[in-house]
Amino acid sequence: MTDWEIVFSEWPRFAAGFGTTLTLFLLSTIGAFLIGMLFVNILYGRNRIARKAVGIYIDGMRMLPFLIFVYLLYYGLPSVGISMSAWTAGIVGLTLYHCAYVAEILRGAWSQLPSGQAEAARAQGHHGLRMFGRIILPQLVLNSAPILGNQLIYMLKDTAFLMIITVQELTYAASSVQSMYFVPLEPFVVALLLYWLMSLSIEGIVLIVNRFAKERGLGDT
Amino acid sequence: MATPDPASPTETQEDTQPYALEAQKICKSFGSVEVLHDVDLTVPPGTTMSILGPSGSGKSTLLRCINWLETPDSGRIFLGGAPVGRRPDGKLMSDRELAKVRARMGMVFQSFNLWPHFTVLQNVIEAPTQVLGMSKDAAIARAEKLLEKVGLSEKRDVYPYSLSGGQKQRVAIARALCMSPEVMLFDEPTSALDPELIGEVLAVMRDLASEGMTMVVVTHEMSFARDVCEEVVFMDKGKVVERAAPADFFSNPKTERARQFLTRYA
Repeated sequence: MTDWEIVFSEWPRFAAGFGTTLTLFLLSTIGAFLIGMLFVNILYGRNRIARKAVGIYIDGMRMLPFLIFVYLLYYGLPSVGISMSAWTAGIVGLTLYHCAYVAEILRGAWSQLPSGQAEAARAQGHHGLRMFGRIILPQLVLNSAPILGNQLIYMLKDTAFLMIITVQELTYAASSVQSMYFVPLEPFVVALLLYWLMSLSIEGIVLIVNRFAKERGLGDT
Repeated sequence: MATPDPASPTETQEDTQPYALEAQKICKSFGSVEVLHDVDLTVPPGTTMSILGPSGSGKSTLLRCINWLETPDSGRIFLGGAPVGRRPDGKLMSDRELAKVRARMGMVFQSFNLWPHFTVLQNVIEAPTQVLGMSKDAAIARAEKLLEKVGLSEKRDVYPYSLSGGQKQRVAIARALCMSPEVMLFDEPTSALDPELIGEVLAVMRDLASEGMTMVVVTHEMSFARDVCEEVVFMDKGKVVERAAPADFFSNPKTERARQFLTRYA
């Protein structure tokens, strides 16, 4: 068998790893967006203490290497009595880490939004979460799609770090095929192509959102 | 005569109807700058009133205090006798209570503030469906009538981005009207427009006035104040200096400040 044949014969391993990576990525994306939206609402809200706390959290997370963060979550927290499965630690890590970036991107976009947008909504009796969801958020997303897409690609690539806490994702699959058969190149080429495929899909979605934005005279025109 | 209780609205003298809009002793400072000082304003139902004054006189701030986009430092606002912003006991209203009373006032801004991610029609039906809970069909029917009224039926499915300033402002007026407001507030509605586009917006406002809409218009358009309004309020340095019928105000201003203002603008 050639090295490539070995790699292809192990396709179920790659498929499982790919599936795990994709699931981790999608769940963490949803989590990071939900918390990011909550944070940006707090940052633009009236509670001064909550605002300060969220600001410190965002700055703190952004200064922390992701690898150290997940390492602490999985190997460090059990020593203070909190233990979770590798899978849970992975999703929690990705979500808590990247929500800080998502919040920061949304905050930046909100700061560029003319204040009249919210005023016009308030003047008509809009308020609270519904106003955020219908008037503010769509504009934040349309105006920052490329940067959000970039962040999603970072998040996708950060899933590879979860190998060190034994999550059996795509990089783990490549690595195990490599060490079983001593084929150092081909498994990683396969993994790389799959990461590319996912990144290109993200880019594709960004392009579609950007077209939406352009039709409305928004975004990076 | 007994002095009126400052925490309750006063009633018009001709009958026992409350004023459409009433501001009592409004004070507002930005930092150390006092923008409004003890401003009183009463707007009887059906009146078209313009607020004139040099820039910095506080007229836009007063309008923004009326629907609580700015929070007055002190003073009371009443809409048709109902308190705005503060409950009768003086406590600030919750966001929900405030939203409810704001929904009864329409506001048109200098910079239009249409929502760019919505089409023209979506802009107009947004608050009726989302805030008033009107059915989509009913809101669309009403919106189509209003868009026809402002002459923009054929633009219903385009995005605001492709409209001229005058068209945007007419959509903004239709958007406010679709809530069937008791009062319309206009904050310098033509100040951001090219001169040739001002007329189309003023024409819509003139129609509204002739239909008996209660309107408060902060403006620099002297011809509108003179020809369309029933009352003119002149503000200077955060105070109401004069209030008169336009014919009197423009031909015979009582104060020196108003005279100076008129020689400059009118």
